[in-house]
Amino acid sequence: MLGSNIDPKIDAFREQILHAAKNKTPLSIEGGGTKSWYGNTNTHSKIDTRAYSGILEYQPEELVITACAGTPLKEIEAALKDKNQVLAFEPPHFGEYATFGGAIAAGLAGPGRISAGNFRDFVLGTRILDGKGQDLSFGGKVMKNVAGYDVSRLLPGSMGTLALLLEASLKVLPKPAGTATLRCQISQEKALHILNEWAGQPLPLSASCWIGNPHEEGQLTIRLAGAIAAIKAAIPLMSASVDASEVDPQSAEIFWNNLREHQLPSFENLAADQTLYRLALPAACGSLTIPGGDNEIILEWHGQQRWIKAPGDEATFNLIKQLTSSHGGHVTRFKQGANVNSAFERFTLLREQKHSKALEAVQERLRSAFDPYGVFATKRLP
Amino acid sequence: MAKMILMNMMTLPPDLALISALQSKLVAALRPILPEHALLWAPEDTIPYECDGLAAYKRMPLAVALPETEEQVAQILKICFEMQIPVVPRGSGTGLSGGAMPISQGLVLSLAKLKKIISIDPFTRTAVVQPGVRNLAISEAVSHLGLYYAPDPSSQIACSIGGNVNENSGGVHCLKYGLTLHNVLRIRGVLMNGEVVEFGSLAPDSPGLDLLAIVIGSEGMLAVVTEVTVKLIAKPKMARVIMASFDDIEKGGNAVAAIIAAGIIPAGLEMMDQATTRAVEEFVNAGYDLEAVAILLCESDGTPEEVAEEIERMTKVLEQSGASGIRISKDETERLKFWSGRKNAFPAAGRIAADYYCMDGTIPRRHIATLLKRIKAMEKKYSLGCLNVFHAGDGNMHPLILFNGGDPDEWHRAEEFGTEILETCVELGGTITGEHGVGIEKINSMCVQFGKEEIESFWGVKAAFDPEKLLNPDKGIPTLSRCAEYGRMRISGGQLPHPELERF
Repeated sequence: MLGSNIDPKIDAFREQILHAAKNKTPLSIEGGGTKSWYGNTNTHSKIDTRAYSGILEYQPEELVITACAGTPLKEIEAALKDKNQVLAFEPPHFGEYATFGGAIAAGLAGPGRISAGNFRDFVLGTRILDGKGQDLSFGGKVMKNVAGYDVSRLLPGSMGTLALLLEASLKVLPKPAGTATLRCQISQEKALHILNEWAGQPLPLSASCWIGNPHEEGQLTIRLAGAIAAIKAAIPLMSASVDASEVDPQSAEIFWNNLREHQLPSFENLAADQTLYRLALPAACGSLTIPGGDNEIILEWHGQQRWIKAPGDEATFNLIKQLTSSHGGHVTRFKQGANVNSAFERFTLLREQKHSKALEAVQERLRSAFDPYGVFATKRLP
Repeated sequence: MAKMILMNMMTLPPDLALISALQSKLVAALRPILPEHALLWAPEDTIPYECDGLAAYKRMPLAVALPETEEQVAQILKICFEMQIPVVPRGSGTGLSGGAMPISQGLVLSLAKLKKIISIDPFTRTAVVQPGVRNLAISEAVSHLGLYYAPDPSSQIACSIGGNVNENSGGVHCLKYGLTLHNVLRIRGVLMNGEVVEFGSLAPDSPGLDLLAIVIGSEGMLAVVTEVTVKLIAKPKMARVIMASFDDIEKGGNAVAAIIAAGIIPAGLEMMDQATTRAVEEFVNAGYDLEAVAILLCESDGTPEEVAEEIERMTKVLEQSGASGIRISKDETERLKFWSGRKNAFPAAGRIAADYYCMDGTIPRRHIATLLKRIKAMEKKYSLGCLNVFHAGDGNMHPLILFNGGDPDEWHRAEEFGTEILETCVELGGTITGEHGVGIEKINSMCVQFGKEEIESFWGVKAAFDPEKLLNPDKGIPTLSRCAEYGRMRISGGQLPHPELERF
């Protein structure tokens, strides 16, 4: 169980929820608004989480932090940094005012995801208000807990369509003792091959990024993290196989942070009729050709997450959807250019995936179990 | 164990004639779709299925089906759905919480015959396996590729991956390498109505809500698993273990916290109390320090350079934490010897007592010493001994309560003892079960850990997957009337009921 305090701010949230339930007017949950462009457009009235803010409990030796949804993400990361700990999956902020709750609702992860795991892998417990205004706690503050269904892990990536998150406990990890960044010029095919090969060996490979034109040589940047001795031993080994050189620590840190925050030049200058597509793909997927796509693409997570700028129209989206589905993955319209129709569906639907059609009904019943009156039915996530 | 527990007190005693009629109907319906050897109903054939690893809880099912294909699984479920007959899925039957205990008017669906490793892909580091494949068999099958499947519950020789998925099993290395949840990418399964579905995928995430995360650890109540895609990871080049002795339980507990606070995530961090080391030493001759009040095993794995660095750091922390003795394994033989006692704690308990009752609470690490002291007091209160072995790194405790099952009063005291341990875990900010599951065994304790509204939500989740509540319906989540009967429902606000009562 997380907090057990009775707080007037929670009462205010509850009142807003009950009011919305009565009037059948969905509420759009918002924190700092740094990711308001992400997900399906919704114009419903907002419920602002920022009033409910603060770190409730942080004991470094427990590797757990518990905080209120409205807490600034940077406040959490600063507290962790102070104790030499990190959120290993590196959630992007996308702005100065990103909140803890917003990061969880978006469920996005940064470069470290490929080695550390997904956002939900780190969620240990949550306290929520459901669509009836009930104050519920699931999971807890311990690493291993199998009492009851793991409802907490449904929250990351649910985009506010399930319940109002009040508090969450996350597992945190020590900052790796050492890191190093290597860089080389290499083709996409070769990069995908060597990254997967390395990932199957006991090497301290923590993140990767390939940027370039699909059929030319591009820039591969890899990050090593772990025991200092392990990194020292790995650098010559890995450098030799791809002719890489080490990037100085300061430039490396800026690079990985810019990648995480989408501030690399390759993410910028999205044309008005373009969409930034996010492709999530199995490790086995080789290089893909997107018709009409921009020349420069970005591959992360050893090729399992790819960013491609291409026309924002339905035909292109459908084409990419078919392409990714045929490889066992899916695609999201991550960011839209100014002239792209904002009413377009941003996500691949369950029924468009293999063996998932029956899950649409499951998902619908699951949502109505927590939200029978549709308080959170903004459809921001279908 | 002789004692039968009347867990179904709230249901009426089964009417034998009615059961026999239902059994004939079910067998007649299943016979056309299953080979003769895959359907059991004579008591002499079904008796091995009357319980799982928790032998104190037994019941005979109407029948046992052992399908050999996913299609048969789907057909069985469809038939049971139409006949409204509850189904209890079962893997290897090694579970310790009675999660696979049959239902008198239900079918046991054994997945034991679905035991093929379908494919192994070293390039993407994945394997597709059927649910009946044993946990250890996966690691054995990929060992030549330098890979393994990380979660290693102590029953890994026998337990199945399907069972691991349903219990979200851990093991001694999960602090560093995660639980089943962190090592499974995709599950193919069948819903109670017979529909085949897939949760998760080989991609890093999937559209919609993260249903994979809720199916893992759902104790066979949401879907029947027919195929699992697991993540394989590179085998560490080597491992070494430090065995540290402590003359004080508090110092041992603090050493655990100090290692984590120093920024180290050991591959394994296990603790045994003196009663345990004395019991196992006789059994395995591991060379344990029998004068130590507690022994810590801290393992480091990785490249030789990594291991050397980490062993040095951990040794320093253990010395600073007041360890009275430190030994570091010289080679693989000695490493395995150090571990042998920990791995044999359960059989050793079985040697010194007629029966033992294994608990599975988890608490925040900083309360390890507190809980151990309270358990000491409970040993006096219930006049029963208790061995304490636990995954100290993640605060998951396995107290083994020793008793003689031939004496009904001893079993009753053991149960009360266990319940008090679990309630203490909740009070200390932990949980009633870290990895063994709620099953039938801890269903009353769920009423202590959760309030009425949470339990109602769990039923909502159940109904989302299984609206008719036919899939293992009497496990995991208590009914509210059961909680009312139990009379220990948690008061909202996180307080334990009856705060006025003394709690040692």
